[in-house]
Amino acid sequence: MTQAATTHRVWKLGADVDTDVLAPGHAMKHGIEKIATYCLESVRPEFASQVRPGDVIVAGPNFGIGSSREQAAAVLVKLGVAAVIAPSFSGLYFRNAFNVGLLLLTCPEADRLQEAEQVALDTKHLAVISGTGERLACEPIPDFLLDMARSGGLMNQLRIRFGKKATQ
Amino acid sequence: MKAAVPQTLAQKLIARAAGRPSVSPGDIVTCEVDLAMFHDSSGPRRLKPMLEELGAQIWDKSRVVLVMDHYVPERDDESRRIVRIARDWAREQDLPHVYDSQGICHVVVAQHGHIRPGMFCVGGDSHSPTGGAFGAYMFGIGSTEMLGVVVTGEIWLRVPQTLQMHWRGRLQKGVTAKDMMLHMIGRFGMNGGQYQAVEFAGPAVQALAMQERMTLSNMSAELGAQVGLIAPDEVTAAWLQAAGAPASELGDLSRWQSDESADMTRHEFDAGALSPFVAAPHSPANADVVGRYSGTPVDVAYIGACTGAKLDDLRAAAEVLRGQRVATGVRLMVAPASQKDQNAAREEGVLQVLLDAGAELFPTACGACAGYGETMGDNTTVISSTARNFKGRMGSASAQVYLASPYTVAASALRGVITDPREVLA
Repeated sequence: MTQAATTHRVWKLGADVDTDVLAPGHAMKHGIEKIATYCLESVRPEFASQVRPGDVIVAGPNFGIGSSREQAAAVLVKLGVAAVIAPSFSGLYFRNAFNVGLLLLTCPEADRLQEAEQVALDTKHLAVISGTGERLACEPIPDFLLDMARSGGLMNQLRIRFGKKATQ
Repeated sequence: MKAAVPQTLAQKLIARAAGRPSVSPGDIVTCEVDLAMFHDSSGPRRLKPMLEELGAQIWDKSRVVLVMDHYVPERDDESRRIVRIARDWAREQDLPHVYDSQGICHVVVAQHGHIRPGMFCVGGDSHSPTGGAFGAYMFGIGSTEMLGVVVTGEIWLRVPQTLQMHWRGRLQKGVTAKDMMLHMIGRFGMNGGQYQAVEFAGPAVQALAMQERMTLSNMSAELGAQVGLIAPDEVTAAWLQAAGAPASELGDLSRWQSDESADMTRHEFDAGALSPFVAAPHSPANADVVGRYSGTPVDVAYIGACTGAKLDDLRAAAEVLRGQRVATGVRLMVAPASQKDQNAAREEGVLQVLLDAGAELFPTACGACAGYGETMGDNTTVISSTARNFKGRMGSASAQVYLASPYTVAASALRGVITDPREVLA
């Protein structure tokens, strides 16, 4: 599978993007909708207003370091970000992301992707296909986590477990 | 009977919680949770609506601890709303363990004897590895995952490798656990722990008082480790006895240590050679010996947070400031980590020493460390005993925050510039 129907626009960020720039402390008292308007304000002020559903973030190593606040992942879901692609993630952020239904792809060669490039995602075999057709392999993810992301997060799985209807 | 394969402390703690004789790094296991701790920000405001939607109940209220520490004291309508939800929910649920405005969760749960060697605990806060100082496997999780724990009593885990930080020798006077951590974070980086288990060991660690050990485990978060463990010993037992967890309830502590031949990566450090460390803006990993930054003028000296305002931290600051006043133009802010620590500091005269030196006293809450309470203004240079100096975390994005030990923060307040505390203590 080298040709995918859907492509995703890349927002390229640097290394060590922390939870406090994804979901700033001053905004944390608000609901997710409002926190999302401040997402990345101190490093990419235009991000929250210009990101489009389906876009992806490509970042440097250690994405998501810092706090346990899952809003730092939930804001990206709220803004419609399809995935974050980086060479490494904070372990705590990694858990939170899948719990709220955000796909993270650990991609050692993420840096080869460029700002505004259109990429495709192979979520079955875990790879990113660059604008020039180059295939960048990503590290494996346990099936139960992929299922969690696909079903929209842990809350949806719990809804089913407790006999409620899942939402999207 | 010994397990066939030698186990690290982390493996032993996980194996017990997973109900297995032993576990191997890389195994994905389900563990039963002994204690779930959360606060006003990560807890009720998020959990209550999700629990109601599921129509589910808390699996075991006796295993839940709620601490109001982030949005107290309430400063605006939003924080009043968040804290009210927590208080109402605690009453509604009839939760047996609630600490409202008593101090910061990581210090409060330990001081009330909730964390004991051998336990498997989760906390709705990234500094939850603090519990590792007591030989408990404790780590931070987000609110949705906490919901999963609260309704099932279980959580999944990938069994980590162990990175042992082995400290030989003994720290010099004026050098602390905080300096050890800044040194390690500077060397390995903020994700150097790769979400594995860090274990602090060696004579220099065993020589640390309990609250200093808590500082090591606390900042395992800044090393990117899942947990920061210390094998429990008589220091642990004595401290827990005073916290309401008598030795008779702790069982045999000697089983909670890594087997001699367990497979781990070991890094060696010489405590005697360690200088005070400072982390420059805007990362805890941006750390170097204090001499590198000596002479940098500071506007604010902040002693606060679970990391840096426990009784031992207040004592260290008082040792530097006794009988002296902070430099003209420097604001010394002190926000003790808990009511218990503040009361003890008052009884010992430590608090008076700080007030006489010109300190302003702030509530026993998370405060400016997490960007709440009275935060740092534009272009302010701050030296702080807290754990994180991310851009904008403590207030303005133009604030320049340096991290250091309480000794170094106090010495810098005294001189008005970043100062090696050994010069003042000498």
